[in-house]
Amino acid sequence: MNYTLDFTPVIDGLPDLLAACFGTFTLAIFGMLLATVIGIGGVVLRQSPLKPVRWAVIGFVEIIRNTPFLVQIFFIYFALPLAGIRLDPTPTAIIALGINGGAYAIEIIRGGVQSIPKGQMEAGLALGLHKAQVFRLIILKPALRAIYPSLTSQFVLLTLSTSIASAISAYELTSVSQRIESDSFRSFEVYFTVTAFYLVISWVMMRIFALFSARYFSYPVK
Amino acid sequence: MGRDEFLFLLIGLKWTVALSIVAFICGGIAGLAVALARTSGIAALERITAAYIAVFQGTPLLMQLFVVYYGLALIGIRMDAWAAVSVGLTLHASAYLGEIWRGSIEAVPRGQTEAAKALALRYISRMKDVVLPQAIRISLPATIGFLVQLIKGTSLASIVGFTELTRAGNIISNQIFQPITVFGIVGVLYFLMCCPLTIYGAHLERKFATSAH
Amino acid sequence: MTQAAIRTDSSEPMITMTGVGKWYGAFQALHNVDITVSRGEKIVLCGPSGSGKSTLIRCINHLEAYQEGEIHVGGMLLGHQAKTIDAVRREVGMVFQQFNLFPHLTVLQNCMLAPVKALGLSKAEAEQRARHLLERVKISEQAEKYPAQLSGGQQQRVAIARALCMRPKVMLFDEPTSALDPEMVKEVLDTMIALADEGMTMICVTHEMGFARQVADRVIFMASGSIVEEAPPAEFFSNPQHERTRKFLGEILGRH
Repeated sequence: MNYTLDFTPVIDGLPDLLAACFGTFTLAIFGMLLATVIGIGGVVLRQSPLKPVRWAVIGFVEIIRNTPFLVQIFFIYFALPLAGIRLDPTPTAIIALGINGGAYAIEIIRGGVQSIPKGQMEAGLALGLHKAQVFRLIILKPALRAIYPSLTSQFVLLTLSTSIASAISAYELTSVSQRIESDSFRSFEVYFTVTAFYLVISWVMMRIFALFSARYFSYPVK
Repeated sequence: MGRDEFLFLLIGLKWTVALSIVAFICGGIAGLAVALARTSGIAALERITAAYIAVFQGTPLLMQLFVVYYGLALIGIRMDAWAAVSVGLTLHASAYLGEIWRGSIEAVPRGQTEAAKALALRYISRMKDVVLPQAIRISLPATIGFLVQLIKGTSLASIVGFTELTRAGNIISNQIFQPITVFGIVGVLYFLMCCPLTIYGAHLERKFATSAH
Repeated sequence: MTQAAIRTDSSEPMITMTGVGKWYGAFQALHNVDITVSRGEKIVLCGPSGSGKSTLIRCINHLEAYQEGEIHVGGMLLGHQAKTIDAVRREVGMVFQQFNLFPHLTVLQNCMLAPVKALGLSKAEAEQRARHLLERVKISEQAEKYPAQLSGGQQQRVAIARALCMRPKVMLFDEPTSALDPEMVKEVLDTMIALADEGMTMICVTHEMGFARQVADRVIFMASGSIVEEAPPAEFFSNPQHERTRKFLGEILGRH
């Protein structure tokens, strides 16, 4: 027990670590955007009149939700080149994050859509709007509002799982901290500090979500 | 991929199962303590457990495993990867389960506690005989949902160097250069573990939702 | 855009339903319903709950599909193809029991949405139309508010204005006052009376018998998915022909 903590390598590495935080934010934000697109698109396809389409969405959701993200990111990392798509690790990680988050988003947003009273759809149809217009203009926003807390806590999880992208050497906080750790052998000091960084990052994310909500969902409800 | 490689994956699978069970049971015991402390009515205890939960829910599991792994070594506890990862996942599970069960305890109507108090039941009996049986029922879908998260989370032990299913997959994949096949099979094995639990959890949720009306 | 349009030849009836039947699975909700509604006519539909009166008016704008018979709106056969359904819905306004205002849009936006998106009006035109109609239902000062900030009666008047913004040829009312607190019923009925006075063709599912007496050209009584009796209000209330009608009137008038 004669170990003395030495944070010097951490302090020397601070500029790199702070820069890497932006890498983490980049992964998280683009991952969330992609997840939202997949989530909304998946909900639309999930309501398709074609049975195979509905089953494909259900299958996608269940495969993603019942396998580890780490395995998914490896799979995508090796599968994309086979499909003729050559991407750097960072965009690959964004795709993996988007696909993973998207599967959860489908289930969450679907719950929101189901929570909207049937009368809203009927009122839109009675006014002569098409089904797609009703979904886009009338159902979507209140549905997103209804499930916003679940969606954002899922997105905090997505933000935290960006650290797993270090497994394919995407540019983000965990991979940079691993580099500093292996250069300095000050493992505990590095990871302890970086853990604190993540705490700040997830706090910032939650603040962003709250600000967005205050702007976008400002209409009053009973 | 041959028979030997597949057997190697199955050995990895065995460790994934073992890790999940240990973390779930130990994490469950610790999580119950967290939940009880979080609802104890003692301000200091509630604040400490709230912070404990916030830290574990606000940081990546991978970092938690790193910090525990190197932190234990730092205070002189020499542990192999298996033990260190078990401790890390146990702490992680205790925070998440603690938070899930706090919610469930608070979801039991206040009148239940008040009625138990009026019947002169002490804290232990109030919790054990009145509140917890109801809270467990409420929490079951979310608890099973977290168990699935935990099983998937054990895959991160591979990054710390513990050979469970995912790391076994990595090793085989590096040997035979068929990553798609190997990770496909690894994915299927995880799916076979998690999917029945997911279905069961969804079933319970539906059952409770309909019986609540 | 070429679209099937409702003819405005005033000699033919606005709505004709002939032999309309509707099933929910094995349950038959409408039996062989025949109704003709002339232009400018006001019909009140009443009957016990589950009698099929809401189902009937929801067939007219195809919120419910019917399986038997024919419905013509403005001379056009309401089939089951999207094109004719759209054409009919653009010209048939509907007011719901639960108002169904869109919570995320202001009163003004609620009124502008469909004219812009379904009729292709410019925003300026739609806004002018909306403000004019909000004034007509006496709620123009609330234009920038959200539905949740209004009382039930105000919401229902907005819902009426929203439907009118499509310049419909027919208005359907599905129990428009049933979800309202008693003190708000009158403001909604007054709005409907004003609309009737302007010559709108109206079909109202309602139990407001005072309204029926004052406004209706005909009262139709339904039970178990069939039309039991129809007559001008004076006759309907003073001299009901069928036992079921008498029983119903006894209950509904006794309650008030």
